[in-house]
Amino acid sequence: MLSYLIQRFLSIGLSLLGVSLLVFLMVHLIPGDAALTIAGERATEEVLTQLREDMGLDKPLYHQYAKFLWDLVRLDLGRSFKTKQPVLEEIKRYFPATAELTLAAMAFSIFFGIAAGIVAAVYRGKFWDYFSMSTSLAGISMPIFWLGLMLILLFSYYLKILPATGRLDTVLSLDIESCTGFYLIDTLLAGNFVAFKDAIAHLVLPAITLGTIPLAIIARMTRSSLLEVLNEPYITTAYAKGLSKWVVIIKHALKNSMVPVLTVIGLEFGYLMGGAILTEHIFSWPGLGSWLRSAVEARDVRAVQGGVLFVSFLFMFVNLIVDLLYAYFDPRIRVGDEAK
Amino acid sequence: MNDTTISMDQPNVFRKLLRHPSATIGASIILFFLIVAIFAPLIATHDPMQTEIAKRLKGQSGEHYLGTDGTGRDVFSRIVYGSRISLKVGLIAITFSLGFGTLFGAIAGYFGGWLDNLIMRVMDMMLAMPSILLAMVIVTILGQSLTNAIIAVSIVYIPQYARILRASVLKVRELDYVTAAKVIGASDIRILTTTVLPNCLAPLIVQATLGIGAAILDAAGLSFLGLGAEVGEPEWGAMLNENTKHIRKAPLAVTAPGMAIFLIVLGFNLLGDALRDALDPQID
Repeated sequence: MLSYLIQRFLSIGLSLLGVSLLVFLMVHLIPGDAALTIAGERATEEVLTQLREDMGLDKPLYHQYAKFLWDLVRLDLGRSFKTKQPVLEEIKRYFPATAELTLAAMAFSIFFGIAAGIVAAVYRGKFWDYFSMSTSLAGISMPIFWLGLMLILLFSYYLKILPATGRLDTVLSLDIESCTGFYLIDTLLAGNFVAFKDAIAHLVLPAITLGTIPLAIIARMTRSSLLEVLNEPYITTAYAKGLSKWVVIIKHALKNSMVPVLTVIGLEFGYLMGGAILTEHIFSWPGLGSWLRSAVEARDVRAVQGGVLFVSFLFMFVNLIVDLLYAYFDPRIRVGDEAK
Repeated sequence: MNDTTISMDQPNVFRKLLRHPSATIGASIILFFLIVAIFAPLIATHDPMQTEIAKRLKGQSGEHYLGTDGTGRDVFSRIVYGSRISLKVGLIAITFSLGFGTLFGAIAGYFGGWLDNLIMRVMDMMLAMPSILLAMVIVTILGQSLTNAIIAVSIVYIPQYARILRASVLKVRELDYVTAAKVIGASDIRILTTTVLPNCLAPLIVQATLGIGAAILDAAGLSFLGLGAEVGEPEWGAMLNENTKHIRKAPLAVTAPGMAIFLIVLGFNLLGDALRDALDPQID
């Protein structure tokens, strides 16, 4: 186990090194004068010289990369050209909003996805099977930015039951001190239940928007995996013992059908982080995705570099956790060299 | 996708495809958009770029089938012309990513060794990022325009094809007929193009069909974020972005372009799914 962990961390390190090289080269791949592009057409020669010096553009390439890596090791992601703030501080500020949204979407998609998959598998060939499977096929082709807008149209403008944008009502947010950045936690810590309810209301539509496609994929995977397991002899045995249908399905079949579902969940996490960029734009959600979008628009290279590195690291880390969870769901899977 | 079971050498692929309802529906949707794109000037009722402030944010009417947007442009005509852009984006992106992906995958699989390692590690790195994020990195480098969005999406999808082709090449490479071609002295390029490639086509066709839908979706997403098509262009994603602020007054201007994206992507996904089933000898 330990050697497996070391091996995995080494490989994450290598991948990160690769991503860092790609991200580092971004500046040099900009056609024409990078400093001019970054500083804007109207920049004075003085500003340009300063910028080139700051970024080390006047030094040889290997020297620049070494410095880039050294800064990275010291967790120094440089300063944003646009806001003049340290990039790491910006990430720290915007990340909790994205994390809250992503986790809510993930919880929504896992819960309803697995439930829909179970229903479809148990009532195979019946109405609920066709219903949940055709809905999930449509879900896969759906542009999530459109889904989000339709939800806003329905729930905010026509039914007027949920707010369309932001994380919290402006008036309420004045009373809330941000300690964790997670509004659900912050409002609870403040003991402000009105604000807590408001934060939940703001979270519902973005979470559904972001979670729908993973839900569709998780439902399909759960269905096919569960159908396979339900054919196993030990399921027949369980029925023969006189256990009820749902006990067999939940206690005996479900856990054993979770390995492929888990893989899909891990992969969907990457999708979630991409989808979060679109979702945040629709709902004016002040998270990492909105921040990154405006950084790209302004061609704020330092900010984009930092953001991309951060997200890539997160993605690899989540996949590591998924790998480790395999062992829990299927004890026959021994991660690492014990398997040999 | 399980590329080990997909193969082109079956006589009844076309018949299987005809029997598959998804294939018929998917192909009809694609054909519909193709016709709309080709005959756009005949179908559109207005100039898609012509603004008329006096008629802004009008609802559905006999003159404007889908109403007008924030600057008084006809939404229906813009959607009709938008089909040209979306199909163009999908086809160009797929041509590029398929072309380069095939090239890289073939080189990696056929020659192996350090070249294989180098190519595939770069591909892995690209796959380690969410696709829209990688596309955003490329847009940062190149600057914002529809052309650059197409380039970005093309690059993003290269690794998928490279992986599929490499896996197929690795399998085919060891077969007797390739050895035979080598023995009679055929050059590497000749073996690759005439012997190896035709036998790897099936999984590529499936992936490419699904890929067109994905490319259209990603490019529309970039435009929706304001990082693709310029403001005013009749691109569906950009239209959504522009009209979102008027969602309350002109809901059709938001509903319709999104519906168009959804349908065209669904068409390619349905056809791709059907192709996969038809090309799989295990499914009958």
